[in-house]
Amino acid sequence: MPFAAAIAYLPMILVAATAITVMLGIAWRRDHTVTVAVSVLGLALALIAQAFAWRVIPVHTPLLDFDGLALLAGLLILASTLACAILAHVYLESFHGAREEFYILLLCAAAGGLVLAASRHLASLFTGLELLSMPLYGMLAYAFHEKRSLEAGIKYLVLSAAASAFLLFGMALLYAQTGELRIDILMASLDQNAGVWGLTGIGLMLVGLGFKLSVVPFHLWTPDVYEGGPGPAATFLATASKVAVFALMMRLMLSTPVLQGEWLRMVLTGLALASMLVGNLLALTQSNLKRILGYSSIAHFGYLLIVLVVADGLAAETGGVYLITYILSTLAAFGVVVLISGTTGGEDASALHYYRGLFWRRPYLTAVLTVSMLSLAGIPATVGFIGKFYVIALGVEAHRWWLVGGILIGSAIGLYYYLRVTITLFLPQPGMRRRDVSDDWGLRAGGLVVLAIAGLVILLGVYPTPMIELARALGDVTIRLP
Amino acid sequence: MILVWLIVIPFIGGLLCWQTERLGDKPTRWIALATMLIELFISLWLWTHYDFHLPALDGSTTQWALEFRVPWIERFGIDFHLAMDGLSLVLIALTSFLGVLAVLCSWNEIVRRIGFFHLNLLWILTGVVGVFLAIDLFLFFFFWELMLVPMYFLISLWGHSGSKGQTRIGAAIKFFIYTQASGLLMLVSILGLVFAHHANTGEYSFSYQVLLETTLSPTLATWLMLGFFIAFAVKLPVVPLHGWLPDAHAQAPTAGSVDLAGILLKTAAYGMLRFALPLFPEASQAFAPIAMGLGLLGIYYGAVLACGQQNVKRFVAYTSVAHMGFVLIGIYSGSLLALQGVIVLMLAHAFSAAGLFILSGQLYERLRTREMNKMGGLWGRLGTLPGFWLFFIAASLGIPVTANFIGEFMVLFGTFPAAPWVVVLASVGLVLAAIYSLILMQRVHYGPPQSKTPLKGLDAREFAMMLSIVVLLIWLGIYPQPLLDTTEASMSEVQQVFEPSGTALREAPNGPGMPITLMSETR
Repeated sequence: MPFAAAIAYLPMILVAATAITVMLGIAWRRDHTVTVAVSVLGLALALIAQAFAWRVIPVHTPLLDFDGLALLAGLLILASTLACAILAHVYLESFHGAREEFYILLLCAAAGGLVLAASRHLASLFTGLELLSMPLYGMLAYAFHEKRSLEAGIKYLVLSAAASAFLLFGMALLYAQTGELRIDILMASLDQNAGVWGLTGIGLMLVGLGFKLSVVPFHLWTPDVYEGGPGPAATFLATASKVAVFALMMRLMLSTPVLQGEWLRMVLTGLALASMLVGNLLALTQSNLKRILGYSSIAHFGYLLIVLVVADGLAAETGGVYLITYILSTLAAFGVVVLISGTTGGEDASALHYYRGLFWRRPYLTAVLTVSMLSLAGIPATVGFIGKFYVIALGVEAHRWWLVGGILIGSAIGLYYYLRVTITLFLPQPGMRRRDVSDDWGLRAGGLVVLAIAGLVILLGVYPTPMIELARALGDVTIRLP
Repeated sequence: MILVWLIVIPFIGGLLCWQTERLGDKPTRWIALATMLIELFISLWLWTHYDFHLPALDGSTTQWALEFRVPWIERFGIDFHLAMDGLSLVLIALTSFLGVLAVLCSWNEIVRRIGFFHLNLLWILTGVVGVFLAIDLFLFFFFWELMLVPMYFLISLWGHSGSKGQTRIGAAIKFFIYTQASGLLMLVSILGLVFAHHANTGEYSFSYQVLLETTLSPTLATWLMLGFFIAFAVKLPVVPLHGWLPDAHAQAPTAGSVDLAGILLKTAAYGMLRFALPLFPEASQAFAPIAMGLGLLGIYYGAVLACGQQNVKRFVAYTSVAHMGFVLIGIYSGSLLALQGVIVLMLAHAFSAAGLFILSGQLYERLRTREMNKMGGLWGRLGTLPGFWLFFIAASLGIPVTANFIGEFMVLFGTFPAAPWVVVLASVGLVLAAIYSLILMQRVHYGPPQSKTPLKGLDAREFAMMLSIVVLLIWLGIYPQPLLDTTEASMSEVQQVFEPSGTALREAPNGPGMPITLMSETR
């Protein structure tokens, strides 16, 4: 057993070790490229270790639970961190100031995400969440001489701290009610007697976690932080951080019968509907690509909440598949923004007018962004369609017609702004101010990553079987009682 | 395998066009033309070399002339399943013929970014051919949604911005949201059907034949049928859901209008014939009176609104609404004669509407306007163009000798035993058709001329295009039997499913006084 546990811990250990190595390396000598190389190597090794960990699951330790869900979330977190690290290299090349510390923060946050996704104890839950959030403050405010970046960092710091307070208070109430900190035992005893404090505790925890997922009505920070934060930081926030939190929520909801009470489902249904509609409606008037992506992620997590509402049948598989599709589409979209922003310093090139007529200058880069927009909109032949297919199927299977209706309306509204972004790329007149990638972007690491992700979006959209198999093999969460 | 090629050829052709743009205009256009000619050749070759007069079995199994099937997403029992019968063959031949016309009519009209234009044009046709061939419901939906994306680009990038703030991008987005949102309703219905099947048998399947056997409760069947019907009704279009059509038509480039009117509207009728009716026969039967009522509404609404239009293309768009009303009535009449008439009418409308849109495009190239109040008195200034115009107007009002007459006659005659009052009212609609058609002719070509200077006549390319459509319309108007023979097996299957109890209506087509032999002796 200790050997299996060691294997299961290996990815986390590797990520943490890489963070320390990078830190020591910087203390000795600053070199941007070497730092990136070390980080990428560490993350790649962690990904390989994750494959070995697959062999030994499930491994249960007092604090962490290495099961299929943790593994799938870990894969996604590590892969998106890897993409962020490579994109950050492009982005920070033109950055004035210290570049290397960004990777320490990135690696720490990734380790936090891994812990959070696997946690089965309130202590590890909180440690993981804070380890994930704290470095993000630094990452978002990394370009602190830009006013917006600083604003984004501080905004996220204040609101995230408030959410953590809610979460801690909720945990305290749960502990007061049950005298337990291990989640599965705690939930089982809540099942017998939830009591008013228990329910309040769950509600407060929901507020805290809903904030991290930017579910309406806890979404107010999202567009500002997405817009202001430096590209790679926003990418990490939109992908790895959300996956970790959602994986935790899946573990909470799917594995414990108490949380499947009807009142909680009603609350979640309300949150889901509000997120779908508000997220999509607010995106309509935006003219900034990063803000649009922020609202789009609000809407997408609205769709994903169906998984938690239904929590049965296809739910776990749907959660896995949708997370994969969301990660791929979002990474491709942010990747293009980061590539274009990275060539010159200063504010990110996220206003839509920078992208006007991009197709006629950079057809392949535009194809990437087009594919990712169509995928976020859920058009067939992209991976986003498979995700949408799954959530609608789940809603139909469970007869949650309100939620299905919400998805239909949300998607119809969403089409408008996704198409608006897409058509901007193809309009003939060049923009007012041109910002462009370098000519050999497609041969450099960042460009290759973005092209590969777009390729995956198409490939898995046309032939989704590998993705479905992965989600089925790893996404299973069964109801366990102690 | 040849079915796969039918889909792959325009797809690859599109990519080639995109890449050959750097070699100049001519290679791109010729590659696009060659692609569509190959497609047309293959479908005609299939028509002559395969037997489409397959005996319609007693409705228990469907027989395909050609079939292609490989597993695709095994988790849900989804196959990459293509199949062809007479109905799909006819529509694919139509698609490739109109594809040739669409390439030809943009020969001079489109001068910017022709590589990307032809990519989109050919990918629309890829999607449409896929829709006509797909027999797995997931695959059908896949193509159904996929063909919208290039159409969206076609309208929004090469369209014309109309007057009074009607932008081409607005029209394109409207088109896309209408069709996509209704498509999602269909997806929900498909999934409802699949999960109902799963509840009965414990297996996932999206296969058409398997799902035909599903037993549904009447309420569920009605809801699911409505999901399909709305998706198809938006595209057909049926009147309360037609909002996208006039804008999309008016703002699209000529090739886009030809594809929209000629092919995309037909995918909706095809979907009803292939999926909505056979999958939910009882629910559709119960729904038939409402559907026919909507068809009547469309006939009157389209005709009346057409009379008030000033833009030539909007005018033709509204006449399409009226013609599709006849198609809807025919589809829900449940008689073989009317169903066969629907096929003829669909082809006739595709040809005549495509002809009118191409003529509007040619007129625009000469006058730089689509507004009728800037036309008038063009007869005599334009060479042979007004003559063709007169022919297509006559065809669209259903003059005998044109295919439109045959189609409308068969639809009305076949529907009469089932719903006499609907036929009576629809026949009044024919009078309205005559009125609006003559109004169009009068405003554009007769009356006092705006100027005396003669305009450029038709060149050989334009003349050949128009002549080929004229020949086809007259041929189908005089001798539609080959067409009827090809689609008879498919249509009689639809009819048998629709009329399982074999009521009195079924005998009606064989009554005395039948003008057209439907029971083919060549079996």
